[in-house]
Amino acid sequence: MAMNPDYELVVIGGGPAGLGAAAAAYDAGLRRILLVERDLEAGGILNQCIHNGFGLHIFKEELTGPEYAGRIIDEIRERGIACLFDTMVLSLEDLGGVKRIGLMSMTEGYRHVTAATVVLAMGCRERTRGAIQTPGTRPSGILTAGTAQRYVNMEGYQVGRRVIILGSGDIGLIMARRMTLEGARVLACVEIMPYPGGLSRNIVQCLEDFGIPLLLSHTISRIEGRRRVEAVTVQKVGEDRRPIPGTEEVFEVDTVLLSVGLIPENELSRAAGIKMDPLTGGPYVFENLETSIPGIFACGNVLHVHDLVDHVTKESRRAGKAAAERVLGEKAGGDAPVIPLLPGPGMGYVLPQKIRKEDFEDSIRVFFRVREPRMTPGRILVRDGEKVILSARRPYMLPGEMDYVDLKPEILSAVTGDHLTLAVES
Amino acid sequence: MYDLAIIGAGVIGSALAYTLSAYDLRILLIEKENDVAMGASRANTALIHAGFDPLSESLMGQLNVEGMRRCYELCRELDVEHRNTGAMVLAFSKEEEETLEVLFQRGLANGCRGLEIISGQAAREKEPHLSGEVFAALWAPEAGVINPWEFTLAMAEVAVRNGAELRLNTEVTGLAREGTVWRIETGGEDRGIRARFLVNAAGVESDRIHNMAAPPAFQILPTRGQYYLLDRTVGPLVHSILFNTPTRAGKGVTVSPTIHDNFLIGPDSEIICDRTDTGVTRSALDEIARLARRIIPSLDVRASIRNFAGVRANSCHNDFFIDMAAEGFLDLAAIKSPGLTAAPAIARLARDLLEEAGLSMTKKEKWTGGRKVVRFKEIPEAERETFIRDHPLYGRVICRCEAITEGEIVAAMQREIPPVSVDRMKRRAGTGMGRCQGGFCGPRVLEIMARETGRDPLEIEEDGRGSYILTGRTKE
Repeated sequence: MAMNPDYELVVIGGGPAGLGAAAAAYDAGLRRILLVERDLEAGGILNQCIHNGFGLHIFKEELTGPEYAGRIIDEIRERGIACLFDTMVLSLEDLGGVKRIGLMSMTEGYRHVTAATVVLAMGCRERTRGAIQTPGTRPSGILTAGTAQRYVNMEGYQVGRRVIILGSGDIGLIMARRMTLEGARVLACVEIMPYPGGLSRNIVQCLEDFGIPLLLSHTISRIEGRRRVEAVTVQKVGEDRRPIPGTEEVFEVDTVLLSVGLIPENELSRAAGIKMDPLTGGPYVFENLETSIPGIFACGNVLHVHDLVDHVTKESRRAGKAAAERVLGEKAGGDAPVIPLLPGPGMGYVLPQKIRKEDFEDSIRVFFRVREPRMTPGRILVRDGEKVILSARRPYMLPGEMDYVDLKPEILSAVTGDHLTLAVES
Repeated sequence: MYDLAIIGAGVIGSALAYTLSAYDLRILLIEKENDVAMGASRANTALIHAGFDPLSESLMGQLNVEGMRRCYELCRELDVEHRNTGAMVLAFSKEEEETLEVLFQRGLANGCRGLEIISGQAAREKEPHLSGEVFAALWAPEAGVINPWEFTLAMAEVAVRNGAELRLNTEVTGLAREGTVWRIETGGEDRGIRARFLVNAAGVESDRIHNMAAPPAFQILPTRGQYYLLDRTVGPLVHSILFNTPTRAGKGVTVSPTIHDNFLIGPDSEIICDRTDTGVTRSALDEIARLARRIIPSLDVRASIRNFAGVRANSCHNDFFIDMAAEGFLDLAAIKSPGLTAAPAIARLARDLLEEAGLSMTKKEKWTGGRKVVRFKEIPEAERETFIRDHPLYGRVICRCEAITEGEIVAAMQREIPPVSVDRMKRRAGTGMGRCQGGFCGPRVLEIMARETGRDPLEIEEDGRGSYILTGRTKE
């Protein structure tokens, strides 16, 4: 393409994923980088996560969310990378090589920029009541845990006095503790599955330490209240996850916090024509995090929902480096034969979904989540046809915790079949 | 002293206030909730009905087509979101096909244009996702979809602009005739509101209001209908409105696109005791999903954004109840489907009845009609740059899912009837209407509303009165 793009790389999103990708692309040699963030400042959701527990892997110390954000924002500042804040990306198009990005802000108005490569780092959003279709009325006092977290931690308002939490995702667990510390009474955390959704450490530190019961295999079957929530009915569920009649228990609460899952925010990706994986809710990617459109990469929660920000940072650095390699022509990509990597029995998803068969220099890290918890030791198997080419032992497996195996170059070079499968040993 | 007081600021009360605001009258519109369109006008299937369904001899049959035509005119005049999609009634059997013929003939008698009975194959050409079992369909090109609360609001805004008075948060507790004047008690300190003529447009409460003024004549059978709203990410599921053929077993469900390109499925029909019970139930939602999958087999309710229910003012007569029930007292009661579509025609009829009853109609010398709303999404790409340079607030997106800007939020607050709660803003600017249901934009909308009005954020509510969002400041 003859046209010389405005930027070598445009990063969409200034949360941990976007920040990591921009810094890594700089370190790999790019200079004309633009990072676009819709909020007034960078850091994304970390800014409202004022609890600690971030950074153990990356910085080898326990940081709060804003501290972690501060560190990676500094990396951007030190490198002098251009950032646009309070700016929304409204469109993304692939013009057969060059990408065209529609931007809008109060200060710079509506305009387009072009880039050789793009990193998608738009993060995710929370599932809502509408998505889970909880019966009952629609009073105020029903919030997603993340919205409550924003009100409490960023705006300085309390959102309820007697609270029940539906779903045991990490934000819900964190908010159980946070609301309690702000003087609210959290009556229970209700989880429809027979195992918790969030990290074990959050179950211990946010529920058990505060004496908040975790009701597994239960759900809220009805919400009552005309103006504000007045009560909810909690019921035990059967194996079909339907409420069991006769197990109703009424909790008088004024607030229901929802922590029932996260959905990658891929409206831009879809509109650009990027192919999506229904299992992750994010784009299909190759081993270098490149999507189905050459030159567009994805990382962080827009790609798949992560458990730890440390993993997001690592992944985003790979995406930034890969974008730089694409611009600088260090990797040809394109024509190499592709080996699909498929989720086998017991596997919720695998990522990357495609590996280009080329000269493998480094190991390829394959992320996955198992579909069901297993409290006894077991094995993760990677198969090339029928042949097991990697077997990794795990003392236990939980869907709430993201896991990975590394495929070494010698293993990958020896692959003979037309696809690989990752599965839990039955 | 008012010339006329209208009880209820739903689509009927607002349409009448709009129509009569052209005359030299002192008009009062009374509403018990904190905004217009708070009853059935806010939770319904949001359709402009073509008019083939109601019996020709009924008021519904006489007013539907007139209302439909006027509805489209008003949508254009008042910049109300709408789309002429057409509708299909689907027959799954030979027997149902016979019903289509009945509807076709009735439609002709009611004044519908362009009706056609088409084959299942032709129906599937219009709607590729349609079930292979559809045998034949009645095609009604005049039907459409509308933003029902904007329609109501737009008419109320023009009425207010032209001098009608809107009194919100005011519940009528009693009516008394004093000489040639009606006294309206509202439970407040004052000695009541006085008006020469009264109009009952109280929707699901219209029998109670009627009984305060006249001997009982009809009874409202509050009928709840539940819905799914599905996200547009399910793809172009349907382009037009799809109805089941009405059978003795029921009307089935409707699958339709919304003006925001999402999809609405529902409603069921259940007579309930508590007129305010707009809750949803698992069993009804499951049944709606099942019936909708009969029409569109690939339909997946996991794309649900929201479930809601509305309570319709059905009556034992199965028709609108429009009557001068007492001296100076007009019922516009038991207005159920197709009431939204018929509203402009009902207002026209009410005008005639009131004039006949002695309300003098002199046109105002000066009446300012029309209405214009800036929707960022609708600004052509080539004009956006200039527009935002001149109006920077339209450059900041607040609602990500629906791309609603701060400019639109602030503009909504400067209109004739400003919103008082976050949901009221949703009905105007469209914020929080999409898939995140206000998760991201809710706190920012609240902040902007507090800033623009100087109100304490703690006072800003979610929806109706008492639906508080924040319970206090942290660390107090």
